Amino acid sequence: MNQDLGTVRTIATAHRQVPGGLLPALHAVQDALGHVPDEAVPVLAQSFNLSRAEVHGVLTYYHHFRRQPPGRQIVQVCRAEACQACGADEVMAQAESLLGCAAGETRADGEVTLLPVYCLGLCASSPALQIGDKLHAAVTPARLPRLLADAGLAR
Amino acid sequence: MNTPTVYVPRDSAALAAGADETAAAIAAEAARRGLSVSIVRNGSRGLFWLEPLVEVATPQGRVAYGPVHAENVPALFDAGWLQGGAHALGHGLTDAIPYLARQERLTFARMGLTDPLSLADYQAHEGWAGLQAALRLDGAAIVQQVLDSGLRGRGGAAFPAGIKWRTVRQAQAAQKYVVCNADEGDSGTFSDRMVMEGDPYLLIEGMAIAGLAVGATRGYVYIRSEYPHAVATLREAIARATAAGFLGDDVGGSGRAFHLEVRMAAGAYVCGEETAMLESIEGKRGIVRAKPPLPALAGLFGQPTVINNVISLASVPIILARGAAFYRDYGMGRSRGTLPFQLAGNIRHGGLVEKAFGLTLRELVFDFGGGTRSGRPVKAIQVGGPLGAYVPASRWDEPLDYEAYAAFGAVLGHGGIVVHDDSADMAKLARYAMEFCALESCGKCTPCRIGSTRGVEVIDRLRRDERRAEQVILLRDLCDTMLHGSLCAMGGMTPYPVLSALDHYPEDFGLSVPDKKAA
Repeated sequence: MNQDLGTVRTIATAHRQVPGGLLPALHAVQDALGHVPDEAVPVLAQSFNLSRAEVHGVLTYYHHFRRQPPGRQIVQVCRAEACQACGADEVMAQAESLLGCAAGETRADGEVTLLPVYCLGLCASSPALQIGDKLHAAVTPARLPRLLADAGLAR
Repeated sequence: MNTPTVYVPRDSAALAAGADETAAAIAAEAARRGLSVSIVRNGSRGLFWLEPLVEVATPQGRVAYGPVHAENVPALFDAGWLQGGAHALGHGLTDAIPYLARQERLTFARMGLTDPLSLADYQAHEGWAGLQAALRLDGAAIVQQVLDSGLRGRGGAAFPAGIKWRTVRQAQAAQKYVVCNADEGDSGTFSDRMVMEGDPYLLIEGMAIAGLAVGATRGYVYIRSEYPHAVATLREAIARATAAGFLGDDVGGSGRAFHLEVRMAAGAYVCGEETAMLESIEGKRGIVRAKPPLPALAGLFGQPTVINNVISLASVPIILARGAAFYRDYGMGRSRGTLPFQLAGNIRHGGLVEKAFGLTLRELVFDFGGGTRSGRPVKAIQVGGPLGAYVPASRWDEPLDYEAYAAFGAVLGHGGIVVHDDSADMAKLARYAMEFCALESCGKCTPCRIGSTRGVEVIDRLRRDERRAEQVILLRDLCDTMLHGSLCAMGGMTPYPVLSALDHYPEDFGLSVPDKKAA
């Protein structure tokens, strides 16, 4: 944790002169550590001359930021209308069942976090999902088991 | 013999269909056969059902094959595709594919033709012509061109871009800003993403022109975090354009400065609302601001700010390059120019169709789109994103025009079109609209924050048939409050999908058709 705090301090210092720098700083912390630990809040607050409450407010306002470490891999299933029109609800239910993990949660073994996402911008080839950095379009119930297996997420 | 050139798109939608694997397979197969092939990673043509759409350059023009997956590659080599040979996946000359040939691509003229990051490609395809024209004009004359073109904001609100620019230009301030709203969060829209991934210099050029027009020296592009490829491509494009002198302290040798920076959003849908976006760029919670003051006078960091959507800004270069009249001659009524429509959801030929305003939904969804992907009848078409109305069959022949759509209580919005087949449950979709609003509301105004949660509850009771007739009255009353009492479009437009579903598909709510007048 001391090493993580050092990382946060470096990031905070690098962003303190950037206009509106708190959001880029939070991104940088999450990119470096996988999440934004609670210990980062006072460090950022001091650097940006804000109250801890203000930093906490920004951190918790945005869906993108996580306060807990995610699973080793993140699976995001698009839930927006264009994907719903092509069976996204079924894909999410199937993903929950195949991964053994509810939407919005991290599996007990810490291997995977399953998240809903509101639009990956692949609306013409829905339903879409993302495993790690890799996008997949036109996902069908027949394809999903293999996609998860290829990512080492089969049970 | 010259090295044949093969184009494999790098657009997210192509990557999601396996374009990287296809490109790797082409390189490997060429090597195995001892052939030399030059692979260019271009933008997408926007024919997403054919992705990965691979093109081969031939003396006759570019020949299209798609969808080309890695396992198809050896057979394509066998068929002599490097010379444009026939194959079951072949579609002939790309430009002659009816879906493309029937479009009017002005903003998307270059899309899919070029390597998105190649400055040489951009220059060779009319790139920077708008900026060069703008550099010969003073700011007022640039604004006049945009005014005369009739360009209206393509993000959804359709406010005349020239009037906004004139307001910022006339404001007195030491620092002004140009902010591009690239928080394309609406389901069924991807044209902003395509521009940033497939033709990023176009957006850079449009923003530089805006900066020159209004006297702004700094610009921000606010891009959603769900678009990592767009963020990476635009950042790289900004670095290259700056190094080449199209951005920076001396734009195109004019002695005038324009610095551009990408800011990544963080997954809050409401930050697509312009004032919430400004708060977010300032590093705060993305809470909607009350207007006035207008952002044009007191916007980012309290300074005069032009805020436009990606497509609005990307439409500017061709207006300056070809003249306002060229652009204005497309379209109908007060809707001038073209709109890049996005065909999405349950549709056979989903993709990008840029056409002048005035065509109909029927032409788009059936002539271009080929009906549903499932093969079932089309039931409802949501136009204009999650806050747009569901348009029933009786309105599919209305012209796609801002005023014509407003006249029957719908919106064109950003041109996103999501098709649902007859298996769609409109009451469930109406509930989803309220649920989404509850999830994404910034919480500043009561109608949106509380109304959306109550809306979910009322629709649940309605669907369970708990005093159904009363719930209908309650739901309409609630929608009326949200429509008229919300601070921004989030709460103010959530009633559009809800009421249109209730009005046009009452049977899905367990109401007999005459009951729809219950309120």
